[in-house]
Amino acid sequence: MNKYLADRLATACFWAAAAVITGILLFFLTHIFWRGAPVLSLAFVLGTPREMTAGGGVGPQLFNTFYILVLSLLFSLPIGVGAGIYLAEYARPGPLTNLIRLSTECLASVPSIVLGLFGAVVFVWYLGLGFCILAGAAALALLNLPVLVRVTEEALRAIPVSYREASLALGATKWQTIRRVVLPSALLGMVTGVSLVAGRALGESAILIYTAGLSVSRYFPDFDPFVAGETLAVHLWYVNAQSLVPDATRIADGSAALLVLVVLVFNLCIGIPSRILQRRLLGGGGK
Amino acid sequence: MTRIRHSVLWYDRFFRYVFVASAALVSLIILAVVFFVARQGFLTFTVVSPWEFLFTTNWNPPANYGAFTFIFGSFAVTVLAICFGGPLGLAGAIFLAKVAPEWVRESLRPATDLFVGIPSVVYGWIGLTVFVPFVREHVNGAGFGLLVAGIILGIMILPTVISVSEDSLRAVSPALEEASYGLGATRWQTLSRVVLPAAAPGLVTAVILGMARAIGEAMAVQMVIGNSPQFPRSLVTPTATLTSEIVLEMGNTPFGSTWNNALFFMAFTLLVLSLAMILVVRLVVRHRGATP
Amino acid sequence: MGRLVAERLTAAEEAIRIKMEVQGLSVHYGNTPALSNVNLAVKANHVTALIGPSGCGKTTFLRTLNRMNDLIEGVRVTGRVLLDGEDIYRPGTDVVALRKRVGMVFQRPNPFPMSIYDNVAFGPRIHGLRDRRRLNEIVEKALRDAALWDEVKDRLRSSALGLSGGQQQRLCIARLLAVEPEVVLMDEPTSALDPISMLKIEELIQDLKATYTIVIVTHNMQQAARVSDSTAFFLSGELVEYGPTDVIFTRPRDRRTEDYITGRFG
Repeated sequence: MNKYLADRLATACFWAAAAVITGILLFFLTHIFWRGAPVLSLAFVLGTPREMTAGGGVGPQLFNTFYILVLSLLFSLPIGVGAGIYLAEYARPGPLTNLIRLSTECLASVPSIVLGLFGAVVFVWYLGLGFCILAGAAALALLNLPVLVRVTEEALRAIPVSYREASLALGATKWQTIRRVVLPSALLGMVTGVSLVAGRALGESAILIYTAGLSVSRYFPDFDPFVAGETLAVHLWYVNAQSLVPDATRIADGSAALLVLVVLVFNLCIGIPSRILQRRLLGGGGK
Repeated sequence: MTRIRHSVLWYDRFFRYVFVASAALVSLIILAVVFFVARQGFLTFTVVSPWEFLFTTNWNPPANYGAFTFIFGSFAVTVLAICFGGPLGLAGAIFLAKVAPEWVRESLRPATDLFVGIPSVVYGWIGLTVFVPFVREHVNGAGFGLLVAGIILGIMILPTVISVSEDSLRAVSPALEEASYGLGATRWQTLSRVVLPAAAPGLVTAVILGMARAIGEAMAVQMVIGNSPQFPRSLVTPTATLTSEIVLEMGNTPFGSTWNNALFFMAFTLLVLSLAMILVVRLVVRHRGATP
Repeated sequence: MGRLVAERLTAAEEAIRIKMEVQGLSVHYGNTPALSNVNLAVKANHVTALIGPSGCGKTTFLRTLNRMNDLIEGVRVTGRVLLDGEDIYRPGTDVVALRKRVGMVFQRPNPFPMSIYDNVAFGPRIHGLRDRRRLNEIVEKALRDAALWDEVKDRLRSSALGLSGGQQQRLCIARLLAVEPEVVLMDEPTSALDPISMLKIEELIQDLKATYTIVIVTHNMQQAARVSDSTAFFLSGELVEYGPTDVIFTRPRDRRTEDYITGRFG
């Protein structure tokens, strides 16, 4: 009967592991919001930061976070989706396809600090942009790119071949088939994928420190892409590492909570409607 | 009609080229990354000997450029992260894939998403506000050091380890499991003797990807490692890693100086290590393809 | 004298009534032969049934008629397939235009995840029709021709995925009719449907014959006997016998055909 004992012991270990993982997560979230919630006022969320005195807010950082995200998606979405479409719809097995797939995997594995240095060399120095929102967005786009390629390819591959065959059998060209049948059907999958990319980009900091810089414009909101634009995540690091304000702890607590809140709300805002839409689409269909 | 036909075919060709070009651009970007980082990095060796850089520990620019401490630090935190996060993540993946009842699985599903959703600076901030004080009070030392960095990284790699290994566990054919159960094996016997060996390449991949994530993480590590360029005498003395040193010093060094180039060479080292891990993953996966 | 000329003309017309002609067709998947040296002439406004056991190459054959096989990796086609006398495998053929002329209905109904209307309007739209009124007319006519209009006319805007299997398949036929093909290829169009839907589609095929040339692959011997004018029997990639359906079913020349039809194998 020894093997039954071993089995029960193993099962207990797996349950324990799951409990530990969940416990860590719950503890982290409680810690973040326990400390951060008292700080989160409108004055903090939308206020302007101060260099030397207490009471500053993070309004510009919050704005920059979204501004850089949008710009970076503007750069990376067309290329990432295009490359994903190529891999899913056009690529035939061969050295070229292998090379592209390998490149995507490699780009995905490059540490973000290394991409940050690359962005610093190319965008900040060679192109002479200086530390600015545009340089940060361009570097961030490199980080988004491989993930976008992957989620696009996966979303397209999930579409049954029969849709494509039906369209082609009606005399549609490949592009018409992609544009009118495949992409609309894959849209939900792609939106979910993009929301994952965006969630990650919102919290990204290593790639932005030496591209978008550590300061914010005096004006708020400032849409000029050529000024330095510190984001919320970078600000959280900066406040902890080298800020001179007396209430650094308070600002760090608030920033951490706000940052996690922003990422969660962002994912919920995109995740829940798309899930409902998906259900409606599937629910409308008989077997 | 012929004009419409013509434009339809033109669009078809045009977009084919657009997609090919996008795909080619991705390849071009990774080549550019390697090229620029390598070129900047190798300029270091016009002044510093590779031996000094790679194998000595005296980091005192602009006089001495011994970066071994950082290389060691990066490996050390990675190994620690795998020690903490690897077993926990694998056990979690087995739980999700094979043990958990449906409702538990469904309610835990968002948990891995949440782990991914927490930004790395927030992990660093948690390390700074929870783990560092805890270690300082209950273990000893300043609290900053390899131990806390390893724990934080171990938690950060959990989602990677869990999702990759869960996928590979699910990919194991149910027929294999049924065969084992049909012979009177318990679940643990089936798991340990049939499922885990069958999923082994995927599990190895999961661990390697976790390592790649850990070795490249910058912000969280920088916030808890202590940032002192000294070879660590224990797990709780402040030290530094490749990433933390880049984050710390990049802003204080002029572009083009040897010091700055040395940081680029550290980045190049990281790049080579990450790419090497991807190649290893490819080999592991191909190996699986060869033995069905 | 005049009468003689008229008679000659009809004879010539008879000759043109061959819609598609397949000559020496062989297909390989990689190194595996799927079809070898098939010769067959498809008559216009005729229903031609392709029968044979699974894996005999009848679906492969069907898919060579509008080059759907091009989509599969490693397919090699040799021989000629003439559509109105022109080889569709000649280099430089506009495959997209070919598929508009030779359309296909698949084994499983595959409506797009769009409304019923958009499904039927899909073909005309991709071929450049924008005019709403014309589109409405075409959609209605196609749905009427596919005997689906009465069932769906009140819910043209709802999802096509909400229809029953049989309705979905008729929708797919309507979607095809809307592009006005010359030849309709059907790959076991009723195999996924219930008997009543099956009979409806068979009736439909009879009606469509007046306007279109139809080639249908079927597993169902009775169906071949009911709907087709000519029948081709395939076995292991070879065309064993081809002739008028009543001849094939009552007096087959080949022993293997007889065995298959009487159910001795397959």
